[in-house]
Amino acid sequence: MVEARRRQPTALRWVFRAIVTTYLFLLVAGPVSLVVRHTFAEGLTDLQGIAEDPDVVHALRLTVVVALVSVVINTVFGVGISLLLVRYEFPGRRLLSAFVNLPLSVSPIVVGLSLVLVYGGRNGWFGPTLEAAGFQVVFATPAIVMATVFVALPLVVREVVPVLQEVGVEQEQAARSLGAGSLQTFRRITLPTIRWAVVYGVVLSLARSLGEFGAVKVVSGNVLGQTRTATLVVEEKYLNFDQGGAYATAFLLASISVACIVVVSIIRPREQRS
Amino acid sequence: MSIEINGVGKQFGDFVALDDVSLHIPTGQLTALLGPSGGGKSTLLRIIAGLEHADRGRVQIEGLDATHLPAQKRNVGFVFQHYAAFKHLTVYRNVAFGLEIRKVPKQQMRTRVNELLELVHLSQFADRLPSQLSGGQRQRMALARALAVEPNVLLLDEPFGALDAKVRKELRDWLRRLHDEVHVTTVFVTHDQEEALEVADEIVIINEGRIEQIGTPDQLYDEPANDFVMRFIGPVTELGGRLVRPHDLELVVTDPGDGHYGTVRRVVRVGYEVRVEIQAGAETVLVTASRSQFQDLGIAEGSPVWVRPQRGAMSVASSQKIPVAAG
Repeated sequence: MVEARRRQPTALRWVFRAIVTTYLFLLVAGPVSLVVRHTFAEGLTDLQGIAEDPDVVHALRLTVVVALVSVVINTVFGVGISLLLVRYEFPGRRLLSAFVNLPLSVSPIVVGLSLVLVYGGRNGWFGPTLEAAGFQVVFATPAIVMATVFVALPLVVREVVPVLQEVGVEQEQAARSLGAGSLQTFRRITLPTIRWAVVYGVVLSLARSLGEFGAVKVVSGNVLGQTRTATLVVEEKYLNFDQGGAYATAFLLASISVACIVVVSIIRPREQRS
Repeated sequence: MSIEINGVGKQFGDFVALDDVSLHIPTGQLTALLGPSGGGKSTLLRIIAGLEHADRGRVQIEGLDATHLPAQKRNVGFVFQHYAAFKHLTVYRNVAFGLEIRKVPKQQMRTRVNELLELVHLSQFADRLPSQLSGGQRQRMALARALAVEPNVLLLDEPFGALDAKVRKELRDWLRRLHDEVHVTTVFVTHDQEEALEVADEIVIINEGRIEQIGTPDQLYDEPANDFVMRFIGPVTELGGRLVRPHDLELVVTDPGDGHYGTVRRVVRVGYEVRVEIQAGAETVLVTASRSQFQDLGIAEGSPVWVRPQRGAMSVASSQKIPVAAG
């Protein structure tokens, strides 16, 4: 392969590189860098502004909490579902697999609406019952978490399933024959094997959860200082011509996600080299 | 620590992997399960290990009914064809795994693991990861790992199948010597008859889910129960409608009276051995001879010749016509 690459004419190679670079710049790097530039257009004033706004601080905190809770839920269930899908044969396995990937193809706004239909306080399936028991789901944090979990559901599964498929069952069977029970086998053999897939899944889920907008907008009620998340703040500020605040909040959201990905890509190769 | 298998049957969908198999594996021996791929031998081994469950029948290990015992409670050592090394653990930790599970005290564990690493000649590799070992080294590590828990029985599933011919031969001799030292009841699966004949005390021939014959290597070679065993265990050719070993035939250049007349069709020399194909009527007979024997005959392709079984040669009625197994 290396040989083949070398034999390609240099000029053509440069043209390809230029095309790819331009494409990525216009689509990704350019727009994102503009957000950064706008954030710091007036020095640190915009960032200071949102840091001193209690509603924005509350929204950021809510977003982080929701994202963390969702990531934990999606990690536990994602690993569980992956094991179920790869290690067991049962009727409806392919259907389950299709369902797991559904959130990728369904628009988040549909997710939001469907959650309202099921858990809505007035005429949802369970909503009135739950509300009567003093437990409000929709227009409160639980629905925000559910919507976020839904949209990020496949991310851990899609990272873990191929790794589980590739390693096969022999290591686990060897552990069994050496006397390890299911829990010991999982903790000592399976988990270390899928460790990096899980970390990648977690990072992707975290980034996705921090950025969720459509589903959250429908189910949260967007109540200032209560159920307004950071992405909703960005929209609100943008529509209210507070562009500085919008860019600053957007910058904070983006930098958390970028930081996660950078950290992981720094530690991962080291781990593999050793 | 004998293994007792009674009426075991196993099906995968429509495919019958094992059909009412009963077998007694005596204590302290090295037993080979030999047969063509897909014949059910690996399934039987995995049922003994508890990695697969029989549809019917019982398995006893050491007098204890193990039929419904999960794998982790059977105290068997299992070695896989593709090593099943724990990739994230060092060689030392791989070997120590079973002892860690059993909560063996640290000091005792260290002594035991070092002893085993010594036994499999991997002491200097204790801190390496499996990915830094060769195939043969990985398989030796897997063996040490299985032996560490002092299993009642040691089960090996095509243990040398993934290795190249030279390493394979080395490990085979080494396994035999190891068994003579350790004496643990050992069962190994192979489809390589040479491997089974060379290493095993006893061979169980399994084909299409059934046991064809059980016996020592000599018994199987000299007194095959049927034409399948005869064909499987060594080279065969057909003469006068009966299966014979090609090295049990002799060629004569003058009519001996009891020979089959034919002409030499092809002569192939492989090392010290000369393989001569004779067209005798409708049959193509394969005869192997040593180089000097062949030279004394003074024949070449096209020469007329008589073929007859040597004195004391064993033969088995051929149940169906199949082409000559040149080997």
